[in-house]
Parts: sequence; C-alpha cells; structure tokens
Amino acid sequence: MMPALVILVFVGLIPFIYVLYVGYFDWSIFSKVRGMSWAGLNNYRRLVFDSAFNASLRRTILFTVLTVSIEMVLGILIANLLMIKIRGMSFFRAIHSLPLTVAPIALGAAWRLMTLPGMGPLPYYLQKMGLDFNIGRYAQQAFFTTVIMDVWHWTPFITLTFLAGLSSLPKSPFESAMVDGAKGWQIQFYITLPMLKPVILTMLFLRIMDALRIVDEVWMLTGGGPGTATRYIGIHIWRVVFPKTDYGYGSAMSVIILYFTIVLCWFLNIIVTQSRKGVAR
Amino acid sequence: MRSWITGKEGKRFFIYLIWIFLSIYTLFPIYWLFLVSARTRIELFGHPTFFQTTFYIENFTRPLLNDIYGSYIFNSVIIATGNTILVIICAIFAAYALSRYRFKGANNIFFWTITNRMAPPAAFMFPLFLLYSRVLVVGDIRFFDTHIGMILVYCLFNLPFSIWLLKGIVDGIPISIDEAARIDGASTLGIIWRIIVPLSAPGIAVALILSWIFAWNEYLFAATLTSSNARTITTGLAEFVTIVGTNWGEMAAMALVSVIPPLLFLSFVQKYIVAGMTFGAVSE
Repeated sequence: MMPALVILVFVGLIPFIYVLYVGYFDWSIFSKVRGMSWAGLNNYRRLVFDSAFNASLRRTILFTVLTVSIEMVLGILIANLLMIKIRGMSFFRAIHSLPLTVAPIALGAAWRLMTLPGMGPLPYYLQKMGLDFNIGRYAQQAFFTTVIMDVWHWTPFITLTFLAGLSSLPKSPFESAMVDGAKGWQIQFYITLPMLKPVILTMLFLRIMDALRIVDEVWMLTGGGPGTATRYIGIHIWRVVFPKTDYGYGSAMSVIILYFTIVLCWFLNIIVTQSRKGVAR
Repeated sequence: MRSWITGKEGKRFFIYLIWIFLSIYTLFPIYWLFLVSARTRIELFGHPTFFQTTFYIENFTRPLLNDIYGSYIFNSVIIATGNTILVIICAIFAAYALSRYRFKGANNIFFWTITNRMAPPAAFMFPLFLLYSRVLVVGDIRFFDTHIGMILVYCLFNLPFSIWLLKGIVDGIPISIDEAARIDGASTLGIIWRIIVPLSAPGIAVALILSWIFAWNEYLFAATLTSSNARTITTGLAEFVTIVGTNWGEMAAMALVSVIPPLLFLSFVQKYIVAGMTFGAVSE
C-alpha cells in the first residue's frame, strides 16, 4: 500500500491542497503586487459572476446530457439486436473495441480531416444535399458535430458492455416468462432491464464522468470554436486561464470543478453500490 | 410455410448485415486517416474519393526522419513504459493490502483513489503546472518537461485503475492459500511474489496493457507539463495545426503511427477490455 499511497499523495493530494491554498490569493504576472497577495474569497466571487465560465459550465452539462442519453439508448438497442450468437462474433467485437484504444487526439484529427471544407467527405456530400456544412463557421453545427463524434466514440463501448451483461444473465427467468406468455417488450422492460440495472448504472457513472471532462477530441476538432460554441469546461480552463497566467483565479476554478466532481462521484458511487446490493439479495 | 426471410437463416443474415454496417461505420474515420496519409497535397483537395492506389510515403518519412517526430515517439514509449512498470509494482502491493488487511479508513482510501481517476485532468493540470514549474524547484532542477515528471503524473489515473482491477482479482484468490504458505514460513513479500503474482498474472497483463495504452494516448497533461524534452506524440499531433497552415497529409500519417501500438496491443486484451474499462463491473 505504501508506495502507491506516496505517489498518489504526491500527484493527487498535494496538488489538491495547493490549489485550495492558491485559490485564496491574487497571483498573476499582470497583477499590481508582485507574487502572491491575499485575496480572501474574491476569486470565488468573481467566478460566480463570470458569464463565460457559467456559459461553458452549462454547455458542458448540455453536452453530457445529450451524449450520454443518446449513447445509452443506442447502445442498449444495438446490443438487443445483436444478441443472437453468430460466427465471427469476436472479430466484430474487436472492431467495435477499436475506438476505445485509439488516442482521442488521433480520433479528433480523423474527424477534423473528415469535416474539413474542400477536402473531407462530409461537407462535400452534405453540400450536394443542399446543406452548407462548415463547422469552422456555424456554431450549432460545430456543437452537434462534437456530440455526434462522442456518440460515435462511445456507443460501441456501451454495446459491448451490454452484450457482455446480457450474456451473463441466467436463463430461467426468461424461460418462465415465455411459458407465462409474456411478449417481447414485456420481457425487455420487466425482466432484462431490471436485471441489468447495476450494469446500466455503472455505465452511466463512467460515461457521465468521462463526458464531463472531454477535452482532447474537441480540441483537435474545433479548438473550442467557432467563437465559444464548443468551449467545454476543460478547454475553458486550459485556453482562457492559462495564457492569462491568472493563477489564483484558475485555482479557484479548478477547486470548484474538483468539488463538483467529488460530490457527483460520491453520489453516483452510492447509487451504484446500492443497486448491486439490491441484486445480490 | 415460413419464408426464408422470417426464418432463422433470415434473422442471422439480418444480424450479419447490422454488424457489417456498424463495423464500416466504426472503421471509417480510421480508414479516412489512412487515405489522407497516402495522398499528396494536390490529391487531397477536390472531389473526395474512397480508394487509393498510390502511396505517398513522404508523409511518413519527412516528420519521422527529418523532423522531431521520431523523438516524440521515443519520449512517448519511455514515458508510457516507465509509468506502466511503476504503476504495476505499486498496484500489486496496494491491491494486496486493500484485499487482505482490514484497517481503518480502507474504504475511504479506496474511494479517494477512485476520485483521482474520475477527476477531470483539466482541474489537476493547473496546480500540477504550478508545482512542477515554480514551486518544486531546486536550482535548475524541476519536474517540468522531464520524463520522470510525466511518469509520475500518469500514476494519477493509471494507479487507481490498476488498483481497482487487481483488487478484484486478489479478492478472488482464497485466503487459505496465503495462510498455508505462511505456516510453511513464507514472508509477506514471498507470498505476494510466489502466490499472488502468478495466480493473478492474466489480470496483471490486462492492467499492464491498458495502463500503457492510457499513458500513450494522454494529451492534456503532456501538453501543459512538457515543452520540448519530454513532448509526446499526441502533443506533436496537435502541433500540426498552426495559424500559417496545416500539412494535413503529414498530420494524418503521424495520427496513424500513434494509433498502431494500441491496435497491436488490442489483440491481446480484446477479450478483457470490457471488464477492464468498467472496473470489473461487467465481465464476458
């Protein structure tokens, strides 16, 4: 335990305490006083009224809600369609686990190359259908392209997990339901989904945490633009606060985000643990 | 008489169709990377085509041999490998301790390590940047832009992940084996080395490979905590996009190169990847 704890304290706990500490100071290259000067809660007060920060927080939450719900529904539907075992299944599964191992930054590059006007296939064919597709110019198109990219990236993962979960279920409840004359959708809603509740909740937990901290793909695809259309919270800290070297303010921002993350993580963790206990009973 | 399409054969055919359609859909962006990397600048623009007969090798050779991208890949390999070795050694001990000893606050420690894995890197990036470049400085020596600094940073998410994965596996090894070994006079280290490690070898291999892939793929920390000495290939990829213009063909080529090692490893862990990425909540 000790070596792991030492490293985690060094890269996890010390930065955490340090960021709490710096958050109470005015510290930037452009501030009047050289070095750090005590600012009390000023940084946090600024944060509450910072419209850019609040907008990017709202944008991130909208992005998370959209992507996670689309991915869950699509993933469950596809997994149900593909339940029947066929030859070559492991080959197709290997292809589906491919987006999970590829670097997000390379995926962002691939999507950028596909959506580049004058070069990529997407603008070309959408133009033929009468849609002027340019994610460098239209904010909404850029936002929905990032959503679609994330759905593309993570739906296969949810499908694979569900296939694994479905195949691990016992057969007897389904057989007795069939004997009792239950219809397909009844079996789905009253037996399959409740039995897979722990899997569903675990997936929700992982996907929500992942979607909230998205940076790499979006950074490579749009760079947070056009304007601020795809500037999610991670990109906001990175691209807005870093160049200004406003260390105190950036620390306050990090603290707020860490706080949200820990509360959310704790909350979801309790739900997941509860659901597992329920099934074990 | 039932027709062919509604029978069992028809259903199977239908499922094959869905699988093939989904596979094409999944593979297409990677295939497009390959197409772009094989084309010259002139071939890139205009009507997009989906097949390629010629291969423009200079997209690969120029950045790798004449530019700095060769050393970026070298840095990535060093950092990912060093991090993986460190993570696995620490994770085995930690998983053993969490699984075998009942001590106060074990659950809290476990939860804390998991929050480290779940926290957005953007929030840790800021304090780490300050600590690495300004606070933990002795003379000219600092963690900023060093391999060892990056190796330590990636422990932030790889260590909790590996601990979580290995704890589940060590929990599955019956404690009676430990006790039998202890009666025979084995020390704790001896038990870990001779019993726990061999019995959990498949799990260790999965943790090893997935940690390596995560470290190789990571971008945000690498972009903020390095400048030139320890730059990794993922940051190199982002550097292609500049104000004066981007060499798309070379960028695609380097993206393809960065994709290859994880893909090679994928064939080993493909069976376990679902279990690994859901922290053992779901297994095949």
